[in-house]
Amino acid sequence: MDLQYYLQQLVNGICLGGMYALMSVGYSLVYSIMSFSNFAHGGVIMVGAYVGFFALTALKVPFLVAFLLCGVGSGLLAVIIERLVYSPLRKRRAPSLYFIISAMGASIFLENFVIATIDGTPRNYPTLFSNSIKIGSLSLGLDSLLMIIVSAVSLFVLMIIIQKTKIGLAIRACSYNEKAGTLMGINSSLVIFVVFLMGGVLAGFAGMLYGMRFIVKPTIGQVTNKSFVAAVFGGLGSLPGAIVGSLLLGIMEIFVASINSSLRDLFVYALLILVLIIKPSGLMGKPVEDKA
Amino acid sequence: MISWYYIEGILIQSCYTLLIVLGLSILTGYTGMFSFGHAGFVCIGAYISVLCTMGFGLPYWLALIVAGLTAMVFGAALGKITLGLKGDYFCIATLGVGEAIRLIFNNLNLNLNIGGKQFVLDGAKGIASIPLHTTLPVALVIVVIFLTATALLMNSKHGRSMLAVREDELAAQMSGINTFNSKMLAMCMSALYAGIAGGMLAHYFGYLQPKMFMMVKSTEYTIMVIFGGMGSITGSVLGTVLLCALPELLRAVGDWRLVFYGLAVIIIMIVRPKGLMGGKEITDLKAFKAIAGLFRKKKKDPPSDVPGPGEELPV
Repeated sequence: MDLQYYLQQLVNGICLGGMYALMSVGYSLVYSIMSFSNFAHGGVIMVGAYVGFFALTALKVPFLVAFLLCGVGSGLLAVIIERLVYSPLRKRRAPSLYFIISAMGASIFLENFVIATIDGTPRNYPTLFSNSIKIGSLSLGLDSLLMIIVSAVSLFVLMIIIQKTKIGLAIRACSYNEKAGTLMGINSSLVIFVVFLMGGVLAGFAGMLYGMRFIVKPTIGQVTNKSFVAAVFGGLGSLPGAIVGSLLLGIMEIFVASINSSLRDLFVYALLILVLIIKPSGLMGKPVEDKA
Repeated sequence: MISWYYIEGILIQSCYTLLIVLGLSILTGYTGMFSFGHAGFVCIGAYISVLCTMGFGLPYWLALIVAGLTAMVFGAALGKITLGLKGDYFCIATLGVGEAIRLIFNNLNLNLNIGGKQFVLDGAKGIASIPLHTTLPVALVIVVIFLTATALLMNSKHGRSMLAVREDELAAQMSGINTFNSKMLAMCMSALYAGIAGGMLAHYFGYLQPKMFMMVKSTEYTIMVIFGGMGSITGSVLGTVLLCALPELLRAVGDWRLVFYGLAVIIIMIVRPKGLMGGKEITDLKAFKAIAGLFRKKKKDPPSDVPGPGEELPV
C-alpha cells in the first residue's frame, strides 16, 4: 500500500474513465440537442463491440481496419435508429418521455436481436496486445495505453469539430436554442444527423475497447448505464462535463473497487442519487430550467 | 397440450404484474411522472414479506400489508427528495434509486436468529424455499380489490387533481390544487401496490434473487402502462395481459419474442402514442354501452355532458 499502488490504480481509473467518456459524450450530445436520454446508445455500443469481434475473428482483418469498421458500423446504426425511431416522433413534436420509451424499446430490440441471431454467450476478443511497458516502477499494459490514446485523440477531434467547424457552430447554436437556430437558417435535421453519427462512431470505438479489455456479450448495456451516470454527473448536455465526469467517475470507481469490489456498482448509483439531490445540473451543466 | 398448471402460473404472474402496473398507472398514466425504478419497490416488498413470513412467522396477508406499507414509506421518502426535480431528472433519479435498492440487496448478508428460527439472506444468492402462499384464487381476490380501489380513487377528488397535474401542472396550481400533495399521494399509492405485488411474487416463485429486479423489469412495467394507454385502468389491464401473458404463450418462438416486444414498443410509439385504449375506459366504449343498455331496461340516464378522464372537451 504505497504510492506506486495508488498510481497504478489511478492509471486504471483513467483507462476506465476514458472509455466512459467515449460513451457518455454520445448521451450528452444527443441530450444537448434533443433533450432526452438516449437509452438506445447502450445497444449501439454493444453492436460496435460485436462488429469488432467478428472483424477480428471471422474476417481476420488487421486491428486498425477492425477498429474503423466498429466506428462505421455503430455510426450507421445510430443514424438508422434516429431515422426510423426518433424522426417520426420529432416530426410530431412528441414529448421527450415518448422518446425515452422508444429508446428503451430500441435497446430491448437490439439486445434481443443479437441474442436471437448470434447467441447470448459471452465471448473473448483474441489477445492483441499482451506486452506491457514500464514507466519507472509503473507497469502499463499496451492495451491500457491504447485505450488512453484512443480516448484522448477521438475526444480531442470531437472538440475540434464542435469548436472550430461550421457544423460545430450549428450544433452549439442548436443546443442553445433549436428553434432560434432553425430560424437562422440552420438545417436542424442535418445537425441531428451529425450528432447521432459522431456519437455512434465514438460508441463503436468504445465498444471495441470494452470488448478488448473485458468481454463481448449482449448485455453490455449495463456498463453503458454507468457512462450515462457519468454524463449526468458531469452535467447532461455539456461535452466538457461529460468528459470530466467520466474521468472522475472512472477513477473513483476504481478506488472504491480497490477497497471493496462488490460495492463499485452501488457506489456509482449512490453517486447518481446524491448528484441529483444536491445539484441536478451536474458539474458543468446548464441550470435546469422550469419548462412549465 | 398445455397443462392447467402452466396456464395457472401465467395467470398468477399476470395478476401480480397487473397490480404493479395499476400502481404505476396511478403514477405515470394519471399523474404523468415516469418511473424507471419501480422494480426497486417490488424488491423491497418481496424481501420484507419474506422476512415477515419466514422470519417472524406472520400470516401471509399480514406480511403483504407490512410489505406494502414498507414500500410506501420508501416511496414517500423518495418522493420527498425527488419530486422537486424537473422533467427527465425525476425519471433518472428513480432509475438510480431502483438500481441502488437492488444492489443493496445484492450485497446484503443476513443471518438472523429470531425465536429459534434461522433466517438466512445470502446476497446475490438470495433466499430459497419460501412457502408458496400465492394461489390463483388469492391473487384474483387481491387484484379485484385493488382494481376497485383504483377506480374509486381515480373518480375521487384526489384522482381528478392528479389528472390536472398531468395535463398542466402550472394551471393545476393556479386552480388551487396542492400539486406536491397530489404527486406525493400518487407516489405513495404506486409504491404500496408495488410492495404488495412484490410479496405476492416472492410467495409465488418460492425463491428470491436480486437479479429478478433489474432495471429492464421497471422499463417493462412502464411500457405496459404506455402500451395500454395512459390514464386508463382498462388500458393497464389490456397492456398487462397482452405484454405479460402473450409472450409467455409465445415461448415457442424462443428468443425472438423479446425482439418483437421491442419492435412493438417502437411501433406503438410511432403509430398510436396514446396507447391501445387512448385514455378511455371500457365503460366509455360504444359496444360496452350497447351491451349494458340491453341489460338496463329503459331506465334512461340523463345524457352526461361531463367528459371522462382523457376525453377531449367538446368544443
